[in-house]
Amino acid sequence: MTNEALQNLISTWISDPETNGLEFTEEKSQFLNITVQPEHLHQLMTQLKNNSETSFDYLFCLSGVDWGKELGVVYHLESTVHRHIIVVKVKTEDRENPTFDSVYDIWATAEFHEREVFDFFGIKFKNHPNLKRLFLTEDWDGFPLRKDYVDEINMVIK
Amino acid sequence: MGINTAPEIPADFPGKVIPAGNGANVVITSLDQIINWGRSNSLWSLYFGTSCCAIEMMQTGAARHDYSRFGFEVARPSPRQADLIIIAGTIVNKMAPVLRRLYDQMAEPKYVIAMGACAISGGPFYYNTYSVVKGADHVIPVDVYVPGCPPRPEALLEGMLMLQAKIRTESMKNKVFPIDGFDEGL
Repeated sequence: MTNEALQNLISTWISDPETNGLEFTEEKSQFLNITVQPEHLHQLMTQLKNNSETSFDYLFCLSGVDWGKELGVVYHLESTVHRHIIVVKVKTEDRENPTFDSVYDIWATAEFHEREVFDFFGIKFKNHPNLKRLFLTEDWDGFPLRKDYVDEINMVIK
Repeated sequence: MGINTAPEIPADFPGKVIPAGNGANVVITSLDQIINWGRSNSLWSLYFGTSCCAIEMMQTGAARHDYSRFGFEVARPSPRQADLIIIAGTIVNKMAPVLRRLYDQMAEPKYVIAMGACAISGGPFYYNTYSVVKGADHVIPVDVYVPGCPPRPEALLEGMLMLQAKIRTESMKNKVFPIDGFDEGL
């Protein structure tokens, strides 16, 4: 399915996409990008996976991003049936306690990806079965991939 | 290994004592030469590749460059059997205690080559990183530094031959262990 067809299809799923915070872009990207509000994330993801026309059954990348102001997660989805790819982004401005729904129940691979994002960005995932540090030590203080992370001992800033 | 250069001679000693200067030194230096010849020509290295430099290290060991021509012979998977550790790659804070433990487990005499920019100074990860050790010489004493990112096999071979040349200058009379005083910054 082409990006345009994907966009048209997905817009029909949600009534009034603009007020519900659904944004589509293709700028500087070969894939269709969707930005979605955190409260609609899980529903949209379930639909992307289960709808037979989209059938995104493969989450091939899940990354945390710190845009400076907002924290967010970027999901790259592919369909092994239709061979199309889509990018879903979700953001929040809450840096104290950023929380999104876990997509672990949709794609099991997200379990470790979300642990990694939690480890480096401190983003929490609701309903995650085992949310704890993955790479860093248990007693690590702070989240090192955030832009405002400070470590005066180990880091040489340039 | 201390040598008593001024032995006490009893007053009633009937014979003549040749001071243990020249004679003994001849023995020691000849022994040194034999020992250094043996040590420098059978340096077995420990497998320690933490990133892309390891690929060049493998290439140095493979048929085209073949470091066993110079006595580096085989890489050992155990520090107990190794004389040399080639630090081929980035050392992160989590890896540093492991590197130190491996070094401590190696039997004397032991030598260290820091291969590539990461092992020398942190290299491309020097700035703005929370996890990388800025040079393996913060953790263990290094004998030879091989620059490059990564160094070509010829460069590593050159470094290894320099280490051999260094070993050939050693003498058991004034041998110092590089780890002595290392942690105190001496």
